[in-house]
Amino acid sequence: MPYIEELKNLIKAVEKTRPERLARKKRGEEFPRMSLDEADEILKKYHPDYKEEGRRELKVGPNKGYRIAHEFADLLEARSRVNPDSIELSRVDIDTDILIIGGGGAGTAAAMLAEQNGARVVLATKLRHGDANTMMAEGGIQAATKTEKDSPCVHYLDTVGGGHFKNEPELAQTLVTEAPDAIRWLENLGVMFSKFPDGRLHSMHGGGTSRRRMHFCGDITGAEIMRTIRDEARNRGNITVLEFSPAVELILNEHGHCAGAILYNLETEEYLVVKAKATIMATGGCGRLHVQGFMTTNHYGATADGIVLGYRAGVELKLLHTVQYHPTGAVYPEQVEGILITEKFRGAGANVVNIDGEQFVNEREPRDVESAAFIRECLERGKGVPTPAGKLGVWLDSPMIDVLMEEGAVEREFPGKYIMYRRFGIDIAKEPMLVYPTLHYQNGGLEYNARGETSIPGLFIAGEVTGGVHGENRLMGNSLLDVIVFGRIAGESAAVYARDRAKDGKLSLQHVKDYNQELEKSGIVTDRVAPMLLPDYANPEVRERQLTARKVGK
Amino acid sequence: MADKEQEKAVNEKSTEKEKAKLIPVYVMGKRYLVPETLTIMKALEYAGYQFIRGCGCRGGICGACATVYRKPGDYHIRVGLACQTVVEPDMYLTQIPFYPANRASYDFEKLSANPEEIFKLYPEVFRCIACNSCTKACPMDVQVMDVIAAVKQGNIERAATLSFSCIQCGLCVSRCMGELPQYHIAQLARRIYGSKIAPRAEHLNEAVDAAKSEECQQALEKLMKTDVKQLREIYKDREIEPEMAAEDWTPAKRDYL
Repeated sequence: MPYIEELKNLIKAVEKTRPERLARKKRGEEFPRMSLDEADEILKKYHPDYKEEGRRELKVGPNKGYRIAHEFADLLEARSRVNPDSIELSRVDIDTDILIIGGGGAGTAAAMLAEQNGARVVLATKLRHGDANTMMAEGGIQAATKTEKDSPCVHYLDTVGGGHFKNEPELAQTLVTEAPDAIRWLENLGVMFSKFPDGRLHSMHGGGTSRRRMHFCGDITGAEIMRTIRDEARNRGNITVLEFSPAVELILNEHGHCAGAILYNLETEEYLVVKAKATIMATGGCGRLHVQGFMTTNHYGATADGIVLGYRAGVELKLLHTVQYHPTGAVYPEQVEGILITEKFRGAGANVVNIDGEQFVNEREPRDVESAAFIRECLERGKGVPTPAGKLGVWLDSPMIDVLMEEGAVEREFPGKYIMYRRFGIDIAKEPMLVYPTLHYQNGGLEYNARGETSIPGLFIAGEVTGGVHGENRLMGNSLLDVIVFGRIAGESAAVYARDRAKDGKLSLQHVKDYNQELEKSGIVTDRVAPMLLPDYANPEVRERQLTARKVGK
Repeated sequence: MADKEQEKAVNEKSTEKEKAKLIPVYVMGKRYLVPETLTIMKALEYAGYQFIRGCGCRGGICGACATVYRKPGDYHIRVGLACQTVVEPDMYLTQIPFYPANRASYDFEKLSANPEEIFKLYPEVFRCIACNSCTKACPMDVQVMDVIAAVKQGNIERAATLSFSCIQCGLCVSRCMGELPQYHIAQLARRIYGSKIAPRAEHLNEAVDAAKSEECQQALEKLMKTDVKQLREIYKDREIEPEMAAEDWTPAKRDYL
């Protein structure tokens, strides 16, 4: 619905300060950036990651004692979905070289590289192929492609600075080194990057970048990349895709190597045994856990399944105590709350202002700092804009972009968001958007190395399920890059492993039985089951009456 | 204190559903009372559905939740994405989570930019009778019929740019009298355009070589070994490219280039 009268009146304050803010922007005067010390302080005080009451110590598994969000702990301290004794492992339903779990950007890139390296690939995915956070990434993909002003070193500095210097150096090195090649690979497959007439790529800033190295395809970069690589994967004869078939456990063999997974057909409710010489988990993130009650930008299937599977099998967690809140999630209209408003709006010049139309933070701080500043403005300083649903937000002044670039720029550069708001009677070329931080990304995950290997031979991982490359806070444009770079690496590594090093052996779910036993021993009495697979948004009154419902996720 | 307020401010589940007026909607003919402020997707969940199909990104970009509906006393078929469309009183609806559409398989590397290639893979493109039902069925306002017309004329660039917002939900296919798989045809046009017609980003070749060069790798390894304290200093001293700088801007400091 269009802005109600009260909000229309409040927009006048934004319009009043806009000419002066525009003039400052044109003169190149920026709202001062925070020093690293100021950033540390605001994070400690206002960022949800730093709230001690929001986390607890894990009681089981390889990271016993690690303090982590309750929502993750709840999943890790939960029982298997299916009794391991009821699975007949000697009856193998599918036998393949490579099993890939997850059909998003990382899984699909991995499938293509594995296939190119001679492997037969089965790609199993929980929903449809391409239903993933990759599809929703809007802003862009980073790479140092302009050598006269940028390099992998500068990209590296931006990346580790944004990540609080907690990034695994080898992983960050690989990310920035392989970045230009990733872009070239995508262009070759037909991804329609935004370009100058001579073919030179358009590029812009993101939060925390020192060079404009964000490459993009309108404001639907992730969707353009996802649909293109999915289309190519469909051309490859040796890639078989199983949709609506999430993995519920990894299978190990008698040597302790990963040897496949148990898949669950969501529609027929069958459990299938897949035997594979190598397995790649690319299961994505966790937004649908609604960590600390936050709304999320994430896909319906983002329920951290891979974390559960990997942890039960013995892979350690890395930096999972941090999740990313994207500063600009929609809070109005209510129908689209939580939806991502790409950082590219700020990259293109839109200021962030409070109820009085005043700037209170540079609009291009790293995401965690920017989010913390929004929370401070709304909760401590009382300068948030109230919505009819009883929420608070700040203004993202998109109309500035039409003035800074040219009339029509908002509609041209941000067609996705322009159309979405127009459906509700809001013209974002003329009216600002109301935004608040929203749960966006799992910074940490399972431990791995620059070849995509985990501590378990035969188990490779890529994308959001992994932890280490982004440190404690990922920069904009490094996630699409992550899925392409590390998806390709995992695909190639796994294919080589399957060919040269995989060792056949008797299949086993002993690790699952051991884990369930460890739960019991540590006194955890629960009927929680994990992985969650799908969130449940049913009206609580209805849920009470659903006595025998097939609940996948309770 | 802050936590409580924050929770109130941000909890997705705290939308004030109780306050909103309940209205009847008919899901595949069956009546449910749902809050009038919800999208079709959230209304179905409110009613007790847990989606397996028909739900994806929940943000209007993945094409999983195509929905068709009618309103009483109005013969028009209406379309929308369940995650983006607000319920209306007495609307009767069904989701179309999947619609069969044949996709041609091809060796993309070997394809040329000649439109004949598309005609060969999708000869049915000439079955289009220009009825415009596809365009009317598009929840993204893509001018689908114009996309197909551009393909028929051999104008791949136009087909690619006109179809850029396509989310491949399949509603156009479901309404097509000529039985075309429009979104697959458009996908092929976009890939051919992006890879074989639009000018290539030649600077990528140089960047790839530079990134993998020994010189660059040595510089990176030096940074990797630098202790955090010093790294913080280097980070602080980075020269920031001005936001409004011209494309040919270059930094004064050349240390890490």
